[in-house]
Amino acid sequence: MFKRTAMAALFSIALTPANAEVQVPVIYLQAKVALPPVLSNLDPVPADLGIAGAETALQDNLTTGGFLGHAYSLTVVKVEPGGDLIGAANDALARSGLMLLDATAADILRVADLPAAREALIFNVASGAPGLRDGDCRTNLLHSIPEDAMRTDALMQVLQSKRWTTLALVTGPKPGDVAFADALKRSAQKFGLAIAGEKDWTFDTDLRRAAAAEMPLFTQDLPDHDVLLVADEADDFGRYIEHNTWQPRPIAGSEGLEPMAWAPVLEQWGAVQLQNRFKDHAGRPMQSRDYAAWAALRAIGEGVTRTNAADPATLRDYLLSDAFALDGFKGRALTFRHWNGQLRQPIPVVNARALVVQAPVDGFLHQRNELDTLGLDEAESTCTAFKG
Amino acid sequence: MRLAALLIAFALPAQAGEIWVTNEKDDTVSVIDTDTLEVTRTIQTGERPRGIVFSSDYSRVYICASDSDTVQVMDPVTGEILHDLPSGEDPEQFALSPDGRHLYIANEDDAVTTVVDTQSRTVVAQINVGVEPEGMAVSPDGKIAITTSETTNMAHWIDTSTHALFANTLVDSRPRHAEFTADGAQLWVSSEIGGTVTVFDTATQAETGKIRFEITGVNADLIQPVGFMFTPDGGTVFVALGPSNHVAVINTATLEVEDYILVGRRVWHMAFSPDNSQLFTTNGVSGDVTVIDVAARTALKSIKVGRFPWGAAMRPTSN
Repeated sequence: MFKRTAMAALFSIALTPANAEVQVPVIYLQAKVALPPVLSNLDPVPADLGIAGAETALQDNLTTGGFLGHAYSLTVVKVEPGGDLIGAANDALARSGLMLLDATAADILRVADLPAAREALIFNVASGAPGLRDGDCRTNLLHSIPEDAMRTDALMQVLQSKRWTTLALVTGPKPGDVAFADALKRSAQKFGLAIAGEKDWTFDTDLRRAAAAEMPLFTQDLPDHDVLLVADEADDFGRYIEHNTWQPRPIAGSEGLEPMAWAPVLEQWGAVQLQNRFKDHAGRPMQSRDYAAWAALRAIGEGVTRTNAADPATLRDYLLSDAFALDGFKGRALTFRHWNGQLRQPIPVVNARALVVQAPVDGFLHQRNELDTLGLDEAESTCTAFKG
Repeated sequence: MRLAALLIAFALPAQAGEIWVTNEKDDTVSVIDTDTLEVTRTIQTGERPRGIVFSSDYSRVYICASDSDTVQVMDPVTGEILHDLPSGEDPEQFALSPDGRHLYIANEDDAVTTVVDTQSRTVVAQINVGVEPEGMAVSPDGKIAITTSETTNMAHWIDTSTHALFANTLVDSRPRHAEFTADGAQLWVSSEIGGTVTVFDTATQAETGKIRFEITGVNADLIQPVGFMFTPDGGTVFVALGPSNHVAVINTATLEVEDYILVGRRVWHMAFSPDNSQLFTTNGVSGDVTVIDVAARTALKSIKVGRFPWGAAMRPTSN
């Protein structure tokens, strides 16, 4: 027991009206990953990334639950890198069948495949990996964070609508960079844009000093392009590319013009309300993973509000039904795709100072829902777990 | 107020008037002459003006200056701010009691409804409601106040004699606006993200109807009902449908949608001309006001106003 406590830090927030008729305990399970060193120290990853989003949603749910006799609680379980994730997950699943899971794709599958998770409802709030929405999908697993392809499709719609259709691509060395570059390439093909040239970022100089000297040379031999794409999901070298390229070109992808689940520059569609609630609570701006965790717990709240039940099976049925619609402060109702459990959502494409365009962009049509022009569509997904 | 407008309309068929429009991102009110259909005055307000309502004798206009955290009381003749009312934080919409004595204010950031005495200029009560209160209405007999909360998705029913909630009824996602019918028998609530208008029986607070919308060529999730108004005869309601850029016309007896009228971009709220022959809609994104011929149900003209026009209210002027 001592060992487990040392490994998993536990925090619990609960507010239980004395007359509550429905108890809704939710676990936030985080498998912490060792972050790689990055060139700049300007934007450290917040220690409560994701968690603060869930806590904001908890407050929203508690207020609503107070009128209905629904008592929500949130327990945060953190597992250090290399710690006993499976032990912590089994403990957590014994306490509640409702879980927000903040982990890599591989760890998400390890948890979702546990016998104890069979009757649970798990929300992936962290991984954009395509496999989880495709052949590796799971019946008990929904995704509130957008898959990578939703983001890259959004970016390509914006570039196509501007007729900036010839692209070049710089890819970092980390697996996440390569995966994002793959998604960018697939989306470029999907929307008819050309990637005229590619380079891998392999330099190990200290760009804080050398960017102005190194970047023009590094980008000099790329073929002519309208926009330079950067795949740097680790937030390592990308910040040193803009305004240091050989040709004067806009930057997009992990840097510059970025497709995001959420960004601090969003202010339309009531977004300021959510930004303010989050900032009051966390003391920092809301990021995409915070938003994914917020949306997951709000979806649970909406399900409990409408069904007056908190068991995973009832909630799953409701969330995947046509009746479910979540207001996600992005101007359109958020719903779950019935073929792979991905939360349908608009993707804001932003720069550091403002929303540029929110995808789906006008003119990109779909027979079911324009939001399904973003990401893996029903006909493309090989997921079968949601059928029947 | 409704009765007063009706009497005036009968007495003076060609009654002159003004439509006052709050410009959310310009901190101004644009005043439109209903005869010439032109902007005749632009008046400075506090920060981020949204809700706007006239006192029943039209001697005062109340304006929610959301980011100034106050309700401003203005002399509509001179455009002078007479005084501020305490409003609680981030007032967005409000409703005036039929006797003109109390303002019921939705405080969007605070999950609170504030009741202000307009004469003593004091806060009478603050009532805890759901997350992001927005829509406000008071029943014609003054006995019930309604707050709708956008994230909690409820209409909260407040007993105005005790300032206590006596019912909380669920509606579809992001309720924006609430209105009682003239006889007080029904409460209507619009749900922006849910895409519906819900009708409640006031006596039982039971849902008696739900209206859905469908516009050819417009994706269903862009049809987002926000502001709406009943015609004085109670037979018709006009509903602003936000980013679908249309206003729906509903028969209140059958709850059928009879027409859709194309207006400017992201239509929010509306006001009738003094003789009720024209309807003025605020179009947030296109920064203009559409004038609708109520009988013909067609758009007549667009009038450019300030940036992000939001609220609208009518003021009759003598002539």
